Amino acid sequence: MNRQPALAHRPLLQRGGEWLRANLFSSVANGVTTLLLLGLLVWLGDRLLTWAVLNAVWGNASVATCNALLGQGACWAVVADKWRQMLFGIYPQAEQWRPAAAVLIFCGMLVLTAMRRFWHLRRLLVLWLGGSLLCAWLMAGGGGLTPVPTALWGGLPITLMLAVFGTLLAFPLGVLLALGRRSSLPIIRAVSISYIELVRGVPLITVLFMASIMFALFLPEGISFDKLLRAQVAIILFNAAYIAEVVRAGLQALPRGQHEAAAALGLGYWQTQLLVILPQALRITIPAQVNSFIDNFKDTSLVIIVSIFDFLYAVRQAVISDLDWRHYFVEGYLFAMAVYWLFCYAMSHYSQWLEKHLARDHRT
Amino acid sequence: MHPSAPLTPPAGDEIIRIDGLSKWFGDFQVLRDISLSVRRGERIVICGPSGSGKSTLIRCLNRLETHQAGNIVIDGIRLDDSLKNIEAVRNDIGMVFQHFNLFPHLSVLDNCTLAPIWVRKQPRAAAEATARQLLQRVRISDQAHKYPGQLSGGQQQRVAIARALCMAPRIMLFDEPTSALDPEMVKEVLETMVGLARDGMTMLCVTHEMGFARAVADRVIFMDAGEIVEQAPPEIFFSQARSERTRQFLDQILDR
Repeated sequence: MNRQPALAHRPLLQRGGEWLRANLFSSVANGVTTLLLLGLLVWLGDRLLTWAVLNAVWGNASVATCNALLGQGACWAVVADKWRQMLFGIYPQAEQWRPAAAVLIFCGMLVLTAMRRFWHLRRLLVLWLGGSLLCAWLMAGGGGLTPVPTALWGGLPITLMLAVFGTLLAFPLGVLLALGRRSSLPIIRAVSISYIELVRGVPLITVLFMASIMFALFLPEGISFDKLLRAQVAIILFNAAYIAEVVRAGLQALPRGQHEAAAALGLGYWQTQLLVILPQALRITIPAQVNSFIDNFKDTSLVIIVSIFDFLYAVRQAVISDLDWRHYFVEGYLFAMAVYWLFCYAMSHYSQWLEKHLARDHRT
Repeated sequence: MHPSAPLTPPAGDEIIRIDGLSKWFGDFQVLRDISLSVRRGERIVICGPSGSGKSTLIRCLNRLETHQAGNIVIDGIRLDDSLKNIEAVRNDIGMVFQHFNLFPHLSVLDNCTLAPIWVRKQPRAAAEATARQLLQRVRISDQAHKYPGQLSGGQQQRVAIARALCMAPRIMLFDEPTSALDPEMVKEVLETMVGLARDGMTMLCVTHEMGFARAVADRVIFMDAGEIVEQAPPEIFFSQARSERTRQFLDQILDR
């Protein structure tokens, strides 16, 4: 065999062969492991492909078609038949264009917020106040639209609302708690530490129960808050404790010299925090913040415990409650999984972009 | 004569007065009954072995450290727990740190304009004009839009000096401004400081750069174990130090 003199510009095939030899077949044991794992992958992949794609029932097929292929192929027809109920729960059928529009507007708001061009306080305030009011009007009705009580809301709009507001509104509270925990004022520090440690020591389910059932006991008779609102507040208060700890880690990572330089220049406490400390601390914590947002997003499915129809519950109910389709909940759950994955994957990618983007700015 | 008694009686134009200053870190006393008077426009170099309290002393002057006993009066304002007084004193004093402590998330220009805009409430345009002028003075105006992380140590320290000057302070404190620098960058920072001294700025400088002390200092102070052991004009300090401890210290650092 003619070996080429230069290392570069060798044929791709040859380089690929060398890579394989070096990484996968460097010894007999490695070679056997590689072949076994490869065999397993092919076998699993083949079965999955056959079930999910080749033998699957697509489109608006009937239950009978699915039943004929039970156990051999996936029945995606259940998603085709039930997708509206899965996405919007028990929201009145005729009005379901409204939650659909709200979800689209909401996603649009998220995309705009992610864009650098929108990072001005006033623009963001206008966007979020305007957008949220519009979505609330679409969901709740009134003013020309048929009123729909929150008890009938459900599905994806609920999940998005609980997760996004549950993080967005928890954020300022979390930052305050983190600052409070490092405060030199003993009372503020004690209150912050107690709050954080108390909330972190309790499961979210407990907090939701409290908000749903016990909260009413503390209110004067005749006054009550919407159940959905109570769950939302519970999630905000819960997430704030976690955000506080993430922010605290970022605050602690900054050298003391930053505080001293700000103090020596005459900046006051809040100026120091807002102009010098937090911009740096929050940037350090972006990966951890996104991680906890993804957590929060999925944790919202726990609200079924207080009978709120989030997306996952809506998917489940859509399938289970139908005598004909009730065997096909696996397909339903896979659909839910795909939707959750899409949101989480987008967030994870955005956070990576954000980290790089901000690092390029500061070059520390 | 008490070793820490003021060398010269204040000539009516006293800008800093320290009386019987003591400070403890826990049980450890870092400053012992220090008294010092500084005239307007005076340039003082403070030296001494590490742990002698020299950095702590100047950090007490803008209240980065609190003292437990004694009085500090800066330009007529007494430093105590009053936030208003602390604020007023900090507005009077600029400080340069060993590790620069620039704000890494802000450009050089924004580092310089942050405090003038937020503390002095200057319009942005005016603050930027002043900042550009001072960056020019420390010969770094072509880097105004870079971030600190893109500059060398010497450049960063010169930006830090410009940043402090942007607040138009009456007193400048330097806390070992060249100790964290590579040797080839020490000179550019010292030259900047010499320029500042020639312009009549009141300066208190903790440093071991004895060449700088000889060139610009009106008084050199030697501290050890939290006390002012010796203070004298440089020509006397370097040749006729009275205390044994001072002579030992000078032998060590001048032999390097």
